[in-house]
Amino acid sequence: MMTTPQCPLPVHGATQLELKGISYAYNSQSVVRNLSLRLKQGDIGCLLGPSGCGKTTVLRVIAGFEKLAEGSIVLAGETVSREGYTLSPEKRRVGMVFQDHALFPHLSVAYNIAFGLKDWGKAEREERVETLLKMVGLPNTGSKYPHELSGGQQQRVALARALAPCPSLLLLDEPFSSLDVDLRERIGQEVREILKIQGTTALLVTHDQFEAFAIADEIGVMNEGEIQQWDSAYNLYHRPANRFVADFVGEGVLMPGVVLDERQVETELGTIVGEIPLACGAGCQVDVLLRPDDILHDDASTLQAEVAKKAFRGADILYTLRLPSERKVLSLVPSHHNHAIGEKIGIRLAVDHVVTFRKDQYSGLGAQG
Amino acid sequence: MTSPIPTVQAKAPSQGAFAFLFAAKLDRWRLAAFAIALLIVIPLAVVLSSFLSPEREIWNHLAKNVLPGLLANTFRLALGVGVGVTLLGVSLAWLTAACEFPGRKFFSWALLLPLAVPAYVTAFVFVAWLDFTGPVQTLLRATFGSSAWFPGIRSGGGVVLVMTLALYPYVYLLARNAFLTQGRSALEAAQSLGCSRAEGFFRVALPMARPWIMGGLMLALMETLADFGTVAVFNYDTFTTAIYKTWFGLFSLSGASQLASVLVLLVFALILLEQFSRSRLRYTQAGRHTQSERIRLAGWRGGLTSGFAATVLLTAFVLPVAQLVLWSASVFAQDFDERYLSFLWHSLYLGAIAAGLTVACALVLVYAQRRHTDPWTRIAVRIATLGYAVPGPVLAVGIFIPLAWLDNHLIHLSKTWFGHDPGLLLQGTLLVMLPAYLTRFLAVGYNPVESAMQRITRNLDEAARTFGVTGLQMLRRVHLPILRGGLFSAAALVFVDVMKEMPITLMTRPFGWDTLAVRIFEMTSEGEWERAALPAVALVFAGLLPIALLVRHTETSR
Repeated sequence: MMTTPQCPLPVHGATQLELKGISYAYNSQSVVRNLSLRLKQGDIGCLLGPSGCGKTTVLRVIAGFEKLAEGSIVLAGETVSREGYTLSPEKRRVGMVFQDHALFPHLSVAYNIAFGLKDWGKAEREERVETLLKMVGLPNTGSKYPHELSGGQQQRVALARALAPCPSLLLLDEPFSSLDVDLRERIGQEVREILKIQGTTALLVTHDQFEAFAIADEIGVMNEGEIQQWDSAYNLYHRPANRFVADFVGEGVLMPGVVLDERQVETELGTIVGEIPLACGAGCQVDVLLRPDDILHDDASTLQAEVAKKAFRGADILYTLRLPSERKVLSLVPSHHNHAIGEKIGIRLAVDHVVTFRKDQYSGLGAQG
Repeated sequence: MTSPIPTVQAKAPSQGAFAFLFAAKLDRWRLAAFAIALLIVIPLAVVLSSFLSPEREIWNHLAKNVLPGLLANTFRLALGVGVGVTLLGVSLAWLTAACEFPGRKFFSWALLLPLAVPAYVTAFVFVAWLDFTGPVQTLLRATFGSSAWFPGIRSGGGVVLVMTLALYPYVYLLARNAFLTQGRSALEAAQSLGCSRAEGFFRVALPMARPWIMGGLMLALMETLADFGTVAVFNYDTFTTAIYKTWFGLFSLSGASQLASVLVLLVFALILLEQFSRSRLRYTQAGRHTQSERIRLAGWRGGLTSGFAATVLLTAFVLPVAQLVLWSASVFAQDFDERYLSFLWHSLYLGAIAAGLTVACALVLVYAQRRHTDPWTRIAVRIATLGYAVPGPVLAVGIFIPLAWLDNHLIHLSKTWFGHDPGLLLQGTLLVMLPAYLTRFLAVGYNPVESAMQRITRNLDEAARTFGVTGLQMLRRVHLPILRGGLFSAAALVFVDVMKEMPITLMTRPFGWDTLAVRIFEMTSEGEWERAALPAVALVFAGLLPIALLVRHTETSR
């Protein structure tokens, strides 16, 4: 009897990938610095950051294309990289989905998917290809060539090809950046479902926060070769660990304020009440993060601000408002409240999560515009 | 996903081509493009018509005594050169594109240098070295006695060796380009799927580069079929030399034409193969152009690789050119005289006229294609630029025959109407030579002009028009500045190709119009290698110009 061409079921909860303080330098320029992270079996992690922050390098180091300067990488219990040792990529069983898909143009879809299965028996190989094609929603396309497929279809073939040899880890390098914006979110969710069904451990790299939110369980925001915060999407937005994360994830402005006590901060928009996550006593000078959804439009409010800019976003309008102090804040308002530039409108604060940073830290975040 | 467009396009030509041609849409540009296309159709039709209506006697003689040998020789040559240039070109391309070894950067461009030396020049240097009286065999006899065996250099093997060394750069250039633009992700994808880098070369890089390799191979094979000078030096009979001998030895123009018709059929087969490989090019692009990390060949492997590249460069370029310079120096005082200056002048003069004419026609084709996107114009341009595949002797015969016919009729008309014999009006003038050059080298001139024109988008025209710039002013202020580089490269390439051209010049030159190439032919037929070196050096230096352009282009476009 032939065995079904399925990957062995993974053991949940075990650590599948661990980066221990890895550093990487290119031309004596440090690209990744002392970075650590851990993914459990079946987790989908994501590195989110601006271009040039070193996130793709981390992926390439894990895949074995680049050598480590310091630290070590443990994959499914085996140390695959450390200083002076790099297991070659073809021996790692790490699947990779490339930004440009990198499908082999001279091979049909079926042969692309079967590329990594050369040690399998013919019948098993064919069945595995069939299974994967069905799984990614492209049955009967096996005989087509990559150039005959749309971008979204190529993306799915690339995923099927990477998953075919049952990799112990799947890496995805900005996999959706070449797709239309409409398609990104849909494919992103499909990919997540497929990975979850297979129980595949995966690490994604992207600069697009919505892509990260759609796919990943946990996200590490990266800047200048370091992970700034490793957390859920919700916490990255509502409880950013530092100014960089606050700036990079979502929109908002920092408003100067003075701490009154552990539950109150005084700003020019009034007193904000809530849990203040800062070891800083009364009288301490801080910046308060105000998201566009923290400032509501209220005609009844006595607090008035002048419309300086507006960006129509369909259901909402994002207003940039000028306060009497000339300081600017953002406010997201349902779009039937259509006000002209220069008009004064009433606003009020509705802050659910108070985020403050001490004044003496660097301030990279100002009003946008 | 099936779009209806192809079927609509496929129908268009059949809907009364005749009516279409004479519709009001036929403007000057298109008319000119059709005329240029006719220029290549006529000689081919003339030559092929002799295949369809053979003169029995000549044909029987040829079929029985000449053709079998020619076909066997041609087949052996094509096979040998094909295998040789593929092995040499692909291996060198992979080593310089994907590996790192001492001197790689230098070899990357230097390995293109053999393109500057016409194959017939390399050929006579090799024959001089390896011939019975040459230094190699003399040394062997001195060492081992007079019975020392040496393979006859004037054999198939010798021609294959020389042609391989002269033509491998075509494959090298295209294959290298393919390897460089493949992007690293395809190879890395293969690695992440469990393929080692060596396996990746055979399973991914090589198959992906196949259309380019085929393209380079086809170019090399077309040159092989078209070659006249090299096989002449080796006394290795192929169609080109047989056409020449039949025409100028047996004075049988129809026999020459019949041989030419067989050669044309062989060339057609190559063109079909080339078109096929070209049509697959666009599907073979994967990934962005990111260079992957090179495979480091350290120690003895690096040394071996450098040695291999150096050996090729030395034998194909450095040593032959050094030998030419030495020989030239030895005969300079005696041979550099007014006659030599007249050879040089004729070469430059013909090159310049042909370059001007060719670039003008290329410009016409490019504008015709820009203004008209219909299939007829496209086909006309394709046909007009097919001449690079047609061997010179075929064009010489195909253009000479109709012009000679015209000549005779003109003489006849003049005699009957005016009672005056004007003598030959067309034969023995540049009117035979220049159309032959034009057809042969139009593609060489067309490609750079065409790629320069691609930069002038329709939006650019429209942007200029919004500023009130139209017509001649548009040409002067917008188009010419952008096209200038392309026009210059086109002219330079054609100029050098015409200077190096041998069979057309030899067969159709007006009396007394000897050029450098003709001089080389005459000196090498008499075994006067030293005296052939002086004109050869001039050709090699002229040939370095387009190589310099090519190197600059390939090095900056990465």
